Order: sequence, then C-alpha cells, then structure tokens
Amino acid sequence: MPIATPANPALLDVSEVSKSFGSVAVLRSVSLQVTRGEVVTVIGPSGSGKTTLLRCVNFLESYDSGSIRIDGREVGFRDTGTRQRRSERDLAKMRAETGMVFQSFNLFPHLTAAGNIMLGLRKVRGKSSTEARAIAEHWLGRVGLAHKADSLPAELSGGQQQRVGIARAVAMEPKILLLDEITSALDPELVGEVLEVVRSLAEDGMTMVMVTHEMAFARDASSRIIFMADGGVSAAGPPAEILGAEIDNERLRSFLARFRASHF
Amino acid sequence: MGYTLNFNLIWRHFDKLWGGLLLSLELAVISIAIGILIGLLLAVWYVSAGRAVRAVIAAYVEFIRNVPLILLVYLVFYGLPTVVDIAYSAQTSFIATLSLYSGAYLVEVFRSGLEAVPRGQLDAGKAIGLTPWQRLVHVRLPTMLRITLPALSNTFLSLFKDTSVASVISVPELTYGAQWINFNTFRIVEVYLVVTAMYLLTGYALLYALRLVERRFRAAH
Repeated sequence: MPIATPANPALLDVSEVSKSFGSVAVLRSVSLQVTRGEVVTVIGPSGSGKTTLLRCVNFLESYDSGSIRIDGREVGFRDTGTRQRRSERDLAKMRAETGMVFQSFNLFPHLTAAGNIMLGLRKVRGKSSTEARAIAEHWLGRVGLAHKADSLPAELSGGQQQRVGIARAVAMEPKILLLDEITSALDPELVGEVLEVVRSLAEDGMTMVMVTHEMAFARDASSRIIFMADGGVSAAGPPAEILGAEIDNERLRSFLARFRASHF
Repeated sequence: MGYTLNFNLIWRHFDKLWGGLLLSLELAVISIAIGILIGLLLAVWYVSAGRAVRAVIAAYVEFIRNVPLILLVYLVFYGLPTVVDIAYSAQTSFIATLSLYSGAYLVEVFRSGLEAVPRGQLDAGKAIGLTPWQRLVHVRLPTMLRITLPALSNTFLSLFKDTSVASVISVPELTYGAQWINFNTFRIVEVYLVVTAMYLLTGYALLYALRLVERRFRAAH
C-alpha cells in the first residue's frame, strides 16, 4: 500500500474535513491521503458521506473545517490559511485539475459525444477546434466509441453515455479522477463495459478515487479501500484486508453481510 | 335583410390592409427581439441576484402583467412625454411599449427555463473547469432555450395579435387599415371579415413555421 512520504508526497491530502447540512453532520473529521497512481475505493452505506466527500474534493460542495489539498494546493480556499473562498475564476482553474464522472452521466444534451469532450478542451485548455477534435476522437477510441463521435447523448445507451462521460473527464488530463457511483444508474448488462474502461485507466496509472457498490470490482481494481460510516472513516486498508473475513470491525462486517445478502 | 356583401371597395383599398399586415409583422418582430433581450438579461440577473434586485424585477413583471396593454400604450404615448421631455413617433412609442410588455412575460419564461436546467449539467460544467460565464453561455442557455422554445413561439403569436392595439394611437397597422376602410366606405362587415381572415391565416402560418423550427431544433439536439 503506497503511503505518502516526503519522497512520495500525497497527491490528494484530505485532512480532518468536517461538514454539516444544518444540524446533520455528514462528514466528521475525515482524513485521507492518495498518492500518485493509486486507486482508492470508498464504500459504505448510503448516507455515510461518500458522495459528499467526493464532491468536496473538487469543491462542488464546500466544507466547514479541515483542508483538502491537491499537489499541495488548497482546493477551495486561498492558500493564505484564512479560509477565504477562492474567486470563481480560481475555483474553475482548480477544478480543471480534477476530473469527475457522475452517477447520472450529466452529458451536455445539446452537444455531440465529441462536442461534450471538446468543450472543456477549447474553453478551459485553450485548444484549437482541430486539436480538440483530435483529442476527443483519441479518447472516444479509447472508450470504444470512435464511431459515435457525432451522436447526441439522447442517441446513446446509458453505458455509452457514461463512457463519453469518462472520456470527457480524462481528456482534460486531470491529476486525479473522481468517480461517483458511475455504474449505479446502469442496467446490469451495461456495467461491465464501463468498468472495463476504468480498469484500463487504472493500468495506465491514472490516480482515482471512486465511490462504488461494485465490490468485486473494488477488490480487483483498487489499491486501497476506505469504509465510511456515519460521516467518518471507519476502516481503511488493502482490499484483501477490508473485504476479508477476519476484519475486526462490527459495522463493516454487518455492512458487507447486508450487502452480500442483497446482491447474491 | 337587404344587406348584400360587396367586397369591391375592400379590394380597391387592399393596399391599406396589405401594408398594415406587413407593419403588424414588423412591429411584432422588432418588439419580440427587444423583448427577448430584456427577458434574457433580467432573467439571468434575477437568478444570480440578491433579494433587492429580485424585488425590483418582480415588481416590473407584476406591473406589466396586471395592467391592460391598451393602458400601457396610452401611458407611454400620451403620459410619458408630458412628464419627461421626450418626443417620439406613435410607432416608436408602440414598439417601446410592446417590447417592455413582452419582456416582462419573457422574464418569467426564461427564469423558469433557467431554473429547469438540471443541476447535474451545471455540476458537469463546473467539474471540467468552466467559469460561471462559460457555464451560462455554453451549458445553461442552450438547454434553457430548448426548454423555452414552445413558450417563445406562443409569446410571439400573441404579440402579433397584440399589435392591433397600436391602432388606438393611429399606427397604420392591419386593424388601423381596417378602420380606415370602414370609415371611408362603410363596408364594415366585409372589411372585418377580410381582416379576420388575414389575422387567422397569418397567425396559422406563423404557428406552423414556428412548430417546424421547434421540431428541427429538437431533432438536432
């Protein structure tokens, strides 16, 4: 298990992050470090704060205390340590360093598959239309959709839409990719094609944090699994340990037992 | 009943009606163009502004919606120049009035359209690093326009009919042309029959054309 050291500092450093919605604490002093090339999977019951944690990493959600740094830079707040929110322009720049893939795909419905990928390349990365198109075609090829470049999202299956969603995120060459339950909205027979793409990205060394309910995939593809419960990190370790039988964590055991009961 | 229909006098003065119809269309097109501008600006401002700005915009919308158009036309043409030192032609005055009028309705249309854009799309725009302005132009507005296109067509159609109100300040549009022929020939039934048919046919043709545009737009997106 890669541990952040001075020689190999954490790419993502979440430190004691807490957040409440009104009187409900959704994150309780969550800490998490991810080094370059790691694939970290976050599991846990619904309402345990997994998705909120992910959304804090690219500051789609703000948080009340603690810090989140990518490559040493605070994501949502100015580096002065005053918890002064970054300007919207700076936030946009920081967010371009991370990629995110959503449960509900969230493709731009008025743009083609290629257009979805090109928008960020052109407007954020400043690529020319020709360059952006070439990059979009490259990534569509990688996710097996070269022939769908000019299709609109409405003309694509869920699995195809999600693969475009992944291509849109990775084409921006993010330092880290956030995957938020990306197969949960898919028909079972379409899950495999999407996970296959994620696996190939992992093999390329893409740093990823993913929230998923696909335990088999989590076991095979991740270097570390984080188990969250009630807004906190309840257990963390390599897949064999966390999903193994001898784990000494009552909550995790009952989560896995319930999970197995409902999935097999 | 000894009344026999005689359209000869109507055809003799048909140029009044034809010219009037073209002017009606012109008034509607210019007014909706300005109204769209007003509506877009205020709707975008509304959804991103604080309470004070929202209250002012809401007051404008409510005022326009609750005052009859004909009264607004009088207010702008007769009322305003007596208070403020400005002068304008009846036609300019009417275009200004109809623009403000359609603008108020379109603020509502665009505002609800903007709010109907799924949050996930905005999140996706944020996630790839678009600035708020880029998210507005490249994500929110295109989706909003798709949502609001049918309402836009309907607004345009009612504006076309509302141009008849301009006759009360002697703008020579279609209804004014009809009144002129009526006063000069007394063929009241004939002239209003012809004018009704002209409104009906034009309105129907417009609706058909706009529905075609909508369908084309939906297919392409």
